[in-house]
Amino acid sequence: MKHTLSVLVENKPGVLARVASLFRRRGFNIDSLAVGPTEDPATSRMTIVVDVAEHPLEQVEKQLHKLVNVLKISDLDPKESVERELVLIKVDATAKERPEIIEIVDIFRAKIVDVSQKTVTVEVTGTGDKIKAMEDLLRPYGIRELVRTGKVALGRGSVTEA
Amino acid sequence: MKITGAQAIVKSLEKEGVEIIFGYPGGATLPIYDALLDSKMRHILVRHEQCAAHAADSYARATGKVGVCMATSGPGATNLVTGIANAYMDSIPVVAITGQVPTPVIGTDAFQEADTTGITLPIVKHNYLLKDAGDIPTMFKEAFHIASTGRPGPVLIDVPKDVSQALIDYKYPESLSLPGYKPTYRGHAKQIKQAAKAIVESKKPVIYAGGGVISSGASKELKALAELTQIYVTTTLLGKGAFPETHSLSLGMLGMHGTRYANYAINESDFIVAIGARFDDRVTGKLSEFAKGARIIHIDIDPAEISKSVFAHIPIVGDAKNVLQPLMEAIKKLQEKKEIADRKSWNAQIEEWKRKHPLSYRQGDVIKPEYVVEQIYELTKDRETVITTGVGQNQMWAAQYYKMTKPRTFISSGGLGTMGFGLPAAIGAQFGRPDALVFDIDGDGSFQMVSQDLATAVYNKLPINVAIMNNGYLGMVRQWQELFYKRRYCQVDLAVGTPDFVKLAEAYGAKGLRACHPDEVRPVLEQAIATDGPVVIDFLVEREENVFPMVVPGAPISQMIGGEEE
Repeated sequence: MKHTLSVLVENKPGVLARVASLFRRRGFNIDSLAVGPTEDPATSRMTIVVDVAEHPLEQVEKQLHKLVNVLKISDLDPKESVERELVLIKVDATAKERPEIIEIVDIFRAKIVDVSQKTVTVEVTGTGDKIKAMEDLLRPYGIRELVRTGKVALGRGSVTEA
Repeated sequence: MKITGAQAIVKSLEKEGVEIIFGYPGGATLPIYDALLDSKMRHILVRHEQCAAHAADSYARATGKVGVCMATSGPGATNLVTGIANAYMDSIPVVAITGQVPTPVIGTDAFQEADTTGITLPIVKHNYLLKDAGDIPTMFKEAFHIASTGRPGPVLIDVPKDVSQALIDYKYPESLSLPGYKPTYRGHAKQIKQAAKAIVESKKPVIYAGGGVISSGASKELKALAELTQIYVTTTLLGKGAFPETHSLSLGMLGMHGTRYANYAINESDFIVAIGARFDDRVTGKLSEFAKGARIIHIDIDPAEISKSVFAHIPIVGDAKNVLQPLMEAIKKLQEKKEIADRKSWNAQIEEWKRKHPLSYRQGDVIKPEYVVEQIYELTKDRETVITTGVGQNQMWAAQYYKMTKPRTFISSGGLGTMGFGLPAAIGAQFGRPDALVFDIDGDGSFQMVSQDLATAVYNKLPINVAIMNNGYLGMVRQWQELFYKRRYCQVDLAVGTPDFVKLAEAYGAKGLRACHPDEVRPVLEQAIATDGPVVIDFLVEREENVFPMVVPGAPISQMIGGEEE
């Protein structure tokens, strides 16, 4: 089962390596990982998506807690959190196809961020489902390149999750 | 007045009360060694960095203080790695200082450069790469704090040469800010209450104590708990000494080579009080069959150990000493109110197991290693003695036949199982406990991994005794090949090429003794004890003696082979 861990860490060199090394050592595959400083430049937040069962997840959380630079960890409930991912998709597009693509982009409230003779690059932000739907619709035109930021997430409402 | 980074390091170590450093100098640590000349701290020059790490580890185990070791960059640091991993697996507070190439050339594959913080990342509690000499005071204070508090462990500080040469204004911090590091010392009051009730009500309980009792300094409390509740106590290898093995409630060590009665008792129990132990695979045997009918209280300072391998019905995160005190108070209150569950038949059962299945061996014409350990025990039990061990058969015989009565007196490599630990451990322990008689119960294989450090013992005139159970085999591996690989011995015969240990000892300037016959064991031991300097005793023991009883790998802990009178 997929879990989204929000991990607040001290913004110090080597912290990412410590966290990644721990996942590797305990045999967990990281689906995605996004990291950057928070409102406080002394801390960073990592959003880590892992595919694990409940018991090993508990073990990985406890092991993460043991890292001196890790401040807080929460396992975000998808219903109680907002999650987004940003994806850039470079699609083959002839002048004739371009309007169709623009139409898809509009429906998904995505953006075209670059256009060339033969391609358009689309920026789409959203949940995993939305991005997958968009990807599926663009695939027939030919996706040349795709890059994603990895999921970022925060708990809903005024409660600070982590 | 400004001082150098190296001087700041030395000052910080002094501030932390460090008296002794085990190490080996090199290019990248030249500035630190220069600063050491002006310090009152002792530096013990070893002959291989691995021994520096093991000696620091053992010093920490023997004294309860933080052990300190130091090595240069590159190979010096990588030679420390085994010792650091050893301290990590057994939760021993060690601070390791390594030299590093100057910061401008880090990452360029410079001479004697290794990615020390990267290499040691998975085997340290924490590590640091010092980039700014101004960070030295804080970093060292943090390192000692992290190493020695919570679940102890090794912390490494990697010091680039230019950082130890830089000039700084030195001020040692009064306090620390470690927002991500807050060990839990006090147990949850409600959990403790619940545990007390469960203990009082249990009909077939056993206390299972590990190294955590020793690092917490809770041996007195453990004894009080056992006596208050009249519950039998079994310990792990690292827990040896946490509870007197001469006590009527002692079951000795449990696990793969534990006593039959300890293994029967834990497997048949309806209630296990686990204190500072982690249900290691060498203890549980086949996990799915382990103590199936038992409810478990797990007291541990590391929350990650709770329910890691065995589900804990009543988890208590906290320091053993801090938990056992209120636990006993709660038990006393319950005892006043009502009677404890009737455990007569359970206690009788345990006594019967003890009577029926004692540890046993038969001494014939050839020296049995068990006999040697028993004789060492008989000759040293009435004085302050510290036992260190190699790893393998020698270690298990030492654990089975030397009855420990005090904490911090049995020093052995548990989790990592590091051959070669015995000699440097004896050196570290003797420095920590100059008053004590130190015996390294070792194997011929283990000893040969570190024999060069006899030089360290000789130079420092350490009266350590190295008792080699010399069977000319890599004995434990041979035992497994005999039992599980149809006696197809492969690469375990060490006899040819092994030096004459008496001559080897003499070559280093130590005393060498040998016993070839059972009658010689005692006189040789008496002579060794009376000798004022390092002694190596070569005991030519039965070559194919096995360590029994033994839980067959993969079998439940209650299924043991061997060790019974036929």
